[in-house]
Amino acid sequence: MGSITLEHVNKSFGEVEIIPDISLDIRDGEFVVFVGPSGCGKSTLLRLIAGLEDTTSGKILLDGQDVTDAPPARRGLAMVFQSYALYPHMSVRDNIAFPLKMAKMPQAEIDKKVDYAARTLNLGSYLDRRPRALSGGQRQRVAIGRAIVREPKAFLFDEPLSNLDAALRVNMRLEITELHQQLKTTMIYVTHDQVEAMTMADRIVVLNAGNVEQFGSPLDLYKKPANRFVAGFIGSPKMNFVDGPEAAKHNAHSIGVRPEHFRLSTTEGAWKGTVGVAEQLGSDTFLHVQTDGLGLMTVRTDGDQTFKHGDVVYLTPDPTRIYKFDAAGKAI
Amino acid sequence: MARRVSTSTKIGFTVLAWVIALLLFSPILWTLVTAFKTEAEAIASPPTFLPETFTLDNFSAVQARSDYFKHAFNSVIVSVGSTLLGLIIAIPAAWSMAFAPSKRTKDILMWMLSTKMMPAVGVLIPIYLIFRDLRLLDTLHGLTLIMTLINLPIIIWMLYTYFKEIPVDILEAARMDGAELWNEITHVLVPMAVPGIASTLLLNVILAWNEAFWTITLTSGRAGTLTAFISSFSSPQGLFLAKLSAASLLAIAPILLLGWFSQKQLVRGLTFGAVK
Repeated sequence: MGSITLEHVNKSFGEVEIIPDISLDIRDGEFVVFVGPSGCGKSTLLRLIAGLEDTTSGKILLDGQDVTDAPPARRGLAMVFQSYALYPHMSVRDNIAFPLKMAKMPQAEIDKKVDYAARTLNLGSYLDRRPRALSGGQRQRVAIGRAIVREPKAFLFDEPLSNLDAALRVNMRLEITELHQQLKTTMIYVTHDQVEAMTMADRIVVLNAGNVEQFGSPLDLYKKPANRFVAGFIGSPKMNFVDGPEAAKHNAHSIGVRPEHFRLSTTEGAWKGTVGVAEQLGSDTFLHVQTDGLGLMTVRTDGDQTFKHGDVVYLTPDPTRIYKFDAAGKAI
Repeated sequence: MARRVSTSTKIGFTVLAWVIALLLFSPILWTLVTAFKTEAEAIASPPTFLPETFTLDNFSAVQARSDYFKHAFNSVIVSVGSTLLGLIIAIPAAWSMAFAPSKRTKDILMWMLSTKMMPAVGVLIPIYLIFRDLRLLDTLHGLTLIMTLINLPIIIWMLYTYFKEIPVDILEAARMDGAELWNEITHVLVPMAVPGIASTLLLNVILAWNEAFWTITLTSGRAGTLTAFISSFSSPQGLFLAKLSAASLLAIAPILLLGWFSQKQLVRGLTFGAVK
């Protein structure tokens, strides 16, 4: 079991309030991603759950039990750090075995569990090496191995993939998702990368300046963003926003159109513009179009379209997929 | 492009280094050769460099007059004892300053360091009276205690500097892995800080071994260490230079050897963290 509940959690460092007031309900077995720009308090929130930071006020419940004042060692959670945080003076085997030793498990059982974890994570041939003799991906696997052997109530991941190169990141992303499907243990994953969030999460918590902007499934967030911040943060490339008279036509303070929701034409359309940069990815082409009076728009079109700098194009937003926001940025 | 250094510059610096090294070493060298001279030759003018009549009499005279081995034993007890006691206190102290600092941590560190700037004579009378009342005068445990206290700021500072280099993530990982504070320190922090702890230990043994002021003031016959042993040769019966040299040589030999064999560790430890 591993349900996690936050009740009016507040965290301040001295005068600075990092997290004003957060309440969350994370269900057992769920994969929840905390996502937000840097400095939004997502790592702090994770560390509060881990017990590495003390809450200023509010409660943290684990399976209904109040653990607000329990030290990290007593919470039964496992954490994977961005820097891997392996013990440099111990072999891979001892690193993975460490939490079991701390739990005073009999040696025979420790060996069995370490071997099992090593096989699951393809670390079998590295067990006697020191961490410094491993590559980044292998190190992160050891860190995950160290987390899974103790069969925690929940896993906490603090940007575990940001130190890896792009290709490895995609691989590890899949491995972690698979691991979650295998273990069915609650996982909380912190990232600033909304692609990771969208692809891995059952539900996403979008954080901004210490507040929860929205908590929902990836598609919910994409289709029904609660406000302008979420609309802009979820989706890649970013949503285009238009203010002023053009928005007023839709009875809104501002409107948003996702790059993939434009109809593109060279002859006619709602908004006229000139292509600035065309980024060709093969499967898609991203056009950065300077429109007359509405600013820069990003448009996603299929990869076969060949536009170049200076081409004149017309953009027509799909009328059923225009997002409307009021003056406070809330979705209408 | 690598910087090129001309041969003459290299020779110049080599010579300069040798001159400085010999200058620094000359008192020890002089003590060494004098220890094997007769008393007459030791004060001869003009002085001789190498002994004309090589003699070991000084050493036997020194041992006969004053028990070298007892003093050496006392030195070992006090320097090793005060270092171990200091480490036991300093490791948790440095841990808390490095990993759980409060608003006052910097001030406490500065205050501790400032105690080293105070001349020892300034607290001589109160310490002497406390020692007298607690019956610690001329005892090994009393001397060990004072040696621990005077070197504690240095031990804490050194360990604090080493601990600061250890990524806090790793200690947090240990906490998440179920390690209570004691296990976090013994299983993770200390093994990672071994080079730093070793050089702190060495430096402190050397400092305690060479300490003279408190040793001479607070001991007489029973608990005297080698520094007290040397000083007992210096005054009352006139100047016996050869015997004094022999005594000094005997007193510094163990620590000189220790320093010699551990110099790599010492240099590494003292420059640890200077270049990341």
